[in-house]
Amino acid sequence: MSVLRKEHSVLPGFGLSLGFTLAYLGLIVLVPLSAAFLKTAGMSWAEFVAAVASPRVMAAYRLSFFASLAAASVNAFFGLIVAWVLVRYAFPGKRIVDALVDLPFALPTAVAGIALTAIYAKNGWLGQWLEPHGVKIAFTELGVFVALTFIGLPFVVRTLQPVLEELQPELEEAAASLGANRWQTITRVLLPELFPALLTGFALSFARALGEYGSVVFISGNMPLRTEIVPLLIITKLEQYDYRGATAIAVVMLTASFGLLLLINLIQKWSRRHHRV
Amino acid sequence: MAVVVPSALVKVRPLAGVPLRATQDPRWVRWLLTGIALGFLGFFLVLPLVAVFGEALRRGLGAYFAAVGDADALAAVKLTLIAALISVPANVVFGVAAAWCIAKYSFRGKSLLITLIDLPFAVSPVISGLIYVLVFGAQGWLGPWLIEHDVKIIFAVPGIVLATTFVTFPFVARELIPLMQAQGSEEEYAAITLGANGWQTFWRVTLPNIKWGLLYGVILCNARAMGEFGAVSVVSGHIRGETNTMPLHVEILYNEYNFVGAFAVASLLALLALVTLVLKSIVEWRHAQAHAA
Repeated sequence: MSVLRKEHSVLPGFGLSLGFTLAYLGLIVLVPLSAAFLKTAGMSWAEFVAAVASPRVMAAYRLSFFASLAAASVNAFFGLIVAWVLVRYAFPGKRIVDALVDLPFALPTAVAGIALTAIYAKNGWLGQWLEPHGVKIAFTELGVFVALTFIGLPFVVRTLQPVLEELQPELEEAAASLGANRWQTITRVLLPELFPALLTGFALSFARALGEYGSVVFISGNMPLRTEIVPLLIITKLEQYDYRGATAIAVVMLTASFGLLLLINLIQKWSRRHHRV
Repeated sequence: MAVVVPSALVKVRPLAGVPLRATQDPRWVRWLLTGIALGFLGFFLVLPLVAVFGEALRRGLGAYFAAVGDADALAAVKLTLIAALISVPANVVFGVAAAWCIAKYSFRGKSLLITLIDLPFAVSPVISGLIYVLVFGAQGWLGPWLIEHDVKIIFAVPGIVLATTFVTFPFVARELIPLMQAQGSEEEYAAITLGANGWQTFWRVTLPNIKWGLLYGVILCNARAMGEFGAVSVVSGHIRGETNTMPLHVEILYNEYNFVGAFAVASLLALLALVTLVLKSIVEWRHAQAHAA
């Protein structure tokens, strides 16, 4: 208790609640996570590089990175429009639409995966109309992108909504009274104000897409070097009992996700400071 | 000199009615953006949802109920319920304890603790399963000891429960921490001053104040616990009727080309998702009401 010294409080239960919190956090999260890093620390450098930089793994990094980037960008664009419409306009059924935005959080990823495949496969709901025109979605990189767009959809909307609701109308009225037209008001006044939240939503959506597994494996076809995402590669290595190889890739992914988490925290800190001024 | 109001010089808007305010968009912009938003959501959200039920009922109601009532499907439902019934209460106790110490006291390292609690959200589901294999698997840290004592964790129910607990770890805590921080401790101080002990203060003062936030966290936590796929897939071993949760059962049926069966079980999970969204909206509404009052 020397590091975690508390200020005096009359409320009882500090030791009990903090002790339980730390023990549970340690047992469920920290100890198992450290197992991945310790397992990799036992590998030689050459072994590690061979595991995390083989052509098949590099192809998976590329696919995961670019498909997640594309999905997060599409979500940032449409998410901005959806959030704007939900906050600013009135239309019938708005509350249902608003509740439905969270569907990707509530729908199990495996269900989303088989549903998207049923829609975009060759004889699927939309696939049967698209494939004759040469647009193949299921079992291609496009399928991965569609699945990642689905699961990342709520992040941008949900980070933008509260910021849009708190925007003062005076801001837009001032811009208008100073002679700005509506387009100028939006691009020069509103968008800079919304930018930190938009960036946060984009980063959250991107981070979620990088690690996603369930919704992608059904629609991607899982062809090595072409449509294999990084999490699938970890599963493949595990099924071949290559625990070291799987863990090494996992450590690369964990490092990337923790880096992203740090970045998101910095963006939020920066935006709070930006807002206070 | 009297001020001349240049009414004749001001151009009247071509559209009759109330002129637009500075915060309003023209009607065609409103229609266009609403159309784009609804089109996007319809395409990416409504269509997949409809597809689940459409595919499940493709061979009629008889085939649907036969698939749902299948013994392996029922075993999967049971295991899913068991996993949720253990992991959700565990995370509720943790969430309340974490929120209590973070919101009611100030101590060094608090912001680090909050970051660490959020950590599982940043971990890929597949890795969430992998780390438990590294600890409890046959080649893991405790593997030899567990084999010696004939305790099965990986490829058995305890592994599924552990992986589920990990992926749903932050849900309750992250709802309660900001809520209890915003509420402050005045009411608790009053209760203690009036002679209540710690437990009485918690049950009679704190809990009624946080009940909607707690319920909200439980609803989200439960939805994720029942629907988790990647993490559970790594630790389950996929033994039919024994270590298959509902999402894993969906995968097995789908890979056997039993599409009606797969979508039938999937439709149960989709119903769960819809119920979750409805409950969540109700709790949000009640919470807003409680705040307005």
